Amino acid sequence: MNWHAKAAIARSCAWLFIAFVLLYLMLPTIIIATASVSSQETLAFPPAGFSMQWYERAISYPDFQSAFKNSLFISLGTSTLATALGTAYAYVLERHNFPGKKLITAALLSPLVIPHFIIGLAVLIFAVQLGYVRSFETIILVHIMIVVPFVVRSVLVSLRMIDTDVERAASSLGATPFTVFTHVTLPLLAPGIFGGWLFASILSFTEFSGSLFVSTQSTQPLPVAMFTYIRDFADPTMAALSTIIIGVVAILLVIGAKWFGLSSIISVHDDAH
Amino acid sequence: MATMSGERPRFATYMIVPAGIVAVVIVCAMALMLQDAFRVHVPGTLDVGGFTLDNFWRLNRPIYTKAFLDTLLYAALCASLDLLLGYPIAYVLVRARSGWLKSAILIITLMPLFSGDIVRSYGWLVVLGKYGVINMFATGTGLVAEPLQLLYTPTGVVIALVQYAMPVMVIILTASISHVDTNLERAASSLGASPIATFFRVTLPLTLPGILSGTITIFAWTLSAFATPQIIGGGRVQTIATLIYGVGFSNFNFPLAAALSLTALILIALVLAVGGGLARMVITARGLT
Repeated sequence: MNWHAKAAIARSCAWLFIAFVLLYLMLPTIIIATASVSSQETLAFPPAGFSMQWYERAISYPDFQSAFKNSLFISLGTSTLATALGTAYAYVLERHNFPGKKLITAALLSPLVIPHFIIGLAVLIFAVQLGYVRSFETIILVHIMIVVPFVVRSVLVSLRMIDTDVERAASSLGATPFTVFTHVTLPLLAPGIFGGWLFASILSFTEFSGSLFVSTQSTQPLPVAMFTYIRDFADPTMAALSTIIIGVVAILLVIGAKWFGLSSIISVHDDAH
Repeated sequence: MATMSGERPRFATYMIVPAGIVAVVIVCAMALMLQDAFRVHVPGTLDVGGFTLDNFWRLNRPIYTKAFLDTLLYAALCASLDLLLGYPIAYVLVRARSGWLKSAILIITLMPLFSGDIVRSYGWLVVLGKYGVINMFATGTGLVAEPLQLLYTPTGVVIALVQYAMPVMVIILTASISHVDTNLERAASSLGASPIATFFRVTLPLTLPGILSGTITIFAWTLSAFATPQIIGGGRVQTIATLIYGVGFSNFNFPLAAALSLTALILIALVLAVGGGLARMVITARGLT
């Protein structure tokens, strides 16, 4: 057999292998989506009939309703604050020197390698020492710590793509450094900032480990409520809710890829550890 | 860094402050928790007593050492499997010519990163269950007589963890493969090497830095994973993370939980340091940059 034939066989095997891996990656999603429209009480496969009752239950279940509102509030608060302080920090980090630059940056990026539940535990102990009870502020603080490294990195990527000549032109024409920042740098950074904000919102909305220790029954975000639900019930309500979440996240990702460049979000992970 | 100036405008100083506060709180909170590791546990309260090293001696018990060794084993398995399954995906993502195929593969591969711990683990709970799709297939085709026990076993946990870490592995490998100079591959084939030989003797060795960095990263990632082993393991598979959760939130023994956390963090730091050093050595020895 010559190597042309061998290569053709190898290529077919490779594609088969890739199809198998992709099926493995998608399997849970396919099964959840199928199970979510089942008319049965139990999660058997394949489903017996078709019904939308689990979607109705997922949307009307009181714990999910309040947890959804909590999650929306927490993730909007987290992503907005984290984007503001992360963008500001990334700008100064890239353009100027300041005392303690390396130490502050290392501390800020450390949540990338610290398990999230340890961060939650640490902040809980810290908050208790300061006399704080478990509140939304504590949850948002933990979430900010978790998402800020991603925001800083995605803004840094965008900052490095800006032509600094534009900034220099503005200052040579008499603009103060602050005016240059607000009128030249920020507008140029806008896509990167929006991308980072979207990314931070999704991460915060789906964060579970970091929230588990710092939330209570009344402040619990959606993933924590879902965790409790799995322990207590085995009906396809969770499948319906998971399908909704996967659908919304997929749509946001496609939007993110189209308008803000998913590539900049991805490069966030490259050499992040 | 063309515009980096010695003179720092005043507004820039103010702009560091919010992030600086977050950095300080991270350090303080971590320090405060980790010092609990050296305190006496007072049963029934969240307060801690005086200085002690007992919490670390207690880690020498079989239940803790077993959890640590098991976690290392699962992490090593996940890192190897992710490399094996992720490399072809990354290769296709870089080299495929069709744009929509690339986008589709990219979205499918990245989805586990964005769907969140709970949705992802729940999916595996359904797939791996006694009446889940894997067992339906296995018993339906007559491969096995009895349903396989996958849920609440290390096998199930590893199957779910490999999917969890796949996006990160593929992202790191993609970056590495896209840096390979395709002229080198073309040179190899023009000198008579078959496509298979070109891949194994040119492309694969050139992406060694990415392979090493991906493997180390996934090892550290899965080492510290919590939700997946907690939900798929169902308390019957103990990892470092599920152990810390149990000790801290079922027994409310914060000092012991802190000692476990400190040990886990040192372990992760060691993995990253030793792995990183090893990777640098291999890369310099092979003349790759």
